[in-house]
Amino acid sequence: MKAFTYERAATPADATAAFAKTPGARFIAGGTNLLDLMKLQIEIPSHLIDVSRLALDTIEPTKDGGLRIGAMVRNTDLAADKRVRRDYGLLTRALVAGASGQLRNKATTAGNLLQRTRCPYFYDTNQPCNKRQPGSGCAAIGGISRTLAVLGTSEACIATHPSDMAVAMRALDARVETVDAAGKARAIQIADFYRAPGTTPHIETVLQPGELITAVTLPKPIGGTHIYHKVRDRASYAFALISVAAVVQQDGSGRVALGGVAHKPWRVEAAEADMPRGAKAVASGLLAGAKTSHDNAYKLPLVERTLAGALAEARG
Amino acid sequence: MSRRGMLAASAASAAVTSIPAARAKTAAAQPAPSMAKVALTVNGEKSELELDTRMTLLDALREHLRLTGTKKGCDHGQCGACTVIVDGRRINSCLSLAVMHDGDTVTTIEGLGTPHALHPMQAAFVEHDGYQCGYCTPGQICSAVAVLDEIKAGIPSHVTGDLTAPGKATNMEIRERMSGNICRCGAYSNILEAITEVAGRQA
Repeated sequence: MKAFTYERAATPADATAAFAKTPGARFIAGGTNLLDLMKLQIEIPSHLIDVSRLALDTIEPTKDGGLRIGAMVRNTDLAADKRVRRDYGLLTRALVAGASGQLRNKATTAGNLLQRTRCPYFYDTNQPCNKRQPGSGCAAIGGISRTLAVLGTSEACIATHPSDMAVAMRALDARVETVDAAGKARAIQIADFYRAPGTTPHIETVLQPGELITAVTLPKPIGGTHIYHKVRDRASYAFALISVAAVVQQDGSGRVALGGVAHKPWRVEAAEADMPRGAKAVASGLLAGAKTSHDNAYKLPLVERTLAGALAEARG
Repeated sequence: MSRRGMLAASAASAAVTSIPAARAKTAAAQPAPSMAKVALTVNGEKSELELDTRMTLLDALREHLRLTGTKKGCDHGQCGACTVIVDGRRINSCLSLAVMHDGDTVTTIEGLGTPHALHPMQAAFVEHDGYQCGYCTPGQICSAVAVLDEIKAGIPSHVTGDLTAPGKATNMEIRERMSGNICRCGAYSNILEAITEVAGRQA
């Protein structure tokens, strides 16, 4: 690991001000992803701003009947919150499908959204990777790609976003609240939060440098049956090959978002009109424009079948 | 000064001037380590350490506090051998910077029990032969102790059926919750028996 200087921020304003005056700085919260990447010298910050003790670790009701989840709320605490378990079961299900108990105890809400891809070529510093080293090329395209993306890809990158939590957040129409160095706050719909890889896959979100996530808000509960089905190589503690997050209402209408298929949680609202017609109809809309390799073409039928299983479970 | 002496002197001064130049170049490419003061309470004892900011909690425990019970397996948060309990929660000590734990309370395997006064979970692992080589065992035991607390606290898991019902320490629940602790010897069935016995006693 390269040496770095360290400071602990007392307030969000302290954190963003520290970032503004220290080039090469990174915020660190749970550290479960960033520290791993620093050990591998994939991330080489010269300065760390510890935001883990900011007073952003509570879950509060919002005026419109939703929940405001502080950026520093740990994954375990979010999954265990009584209101989340009762009204946003999808979010609890997605959280506990991810990582291990130890990691969920450290990982934060904001950090989970901002974690980097687990593309094996991103991790292998002997290989070109446009995400790790812009302009170097993509070894994943034409490489071993069974875990990689089939939707929203570009000629520069086929990495997936690894989060389960973000998939549920997408289905629940979460909003990401931030503050920048000038103290200006804004709210970003999760649908607009992740950038398509295009020619700049190293720029993964719409956040500006030094912009700090302060909270994620959920709109008021939408009811329905909440299902998160994750398909992976082992029964626990593995990233998704694909995952399906579904909220199904009694009349058969509902929402669906996918994990493990793209650089972001994948949701196509127009495809959801087909929910009462079943998985095949929804999947054809969701997966329109998919670009597969020999290795990862299996993801398309797997999505349809997993969705069919989820819809069958919702019908009871 | 003889000619030979003159040559030797200038060679020496050239050598002397060239070394700092080389060092300066290295220093520019490699930032100097940064140190920070860290106060920890580990197994009830307070320590004040001055550590490289890069040091993980795991390395601080092992190399500075000489608590080598906690093991370094993968050093990337994948195996769970480094599991310790910080402020009541199990974490991977390899994926956490020591400097971020200033003021925290840490329990390691050495703090759970001693050879003469085993923690019930340690005794159950011995009784059920919950290991072969033993390398993952300190992490398994710290994790297991925390798992039973998590179930009691109502924290759900991937295999929990009803998210609104109180948690139960079933075999499936314990297996799922222990999935962050890998045992290369494959002692899982005995580990499960040990934890189940302690869970039964607590219930």
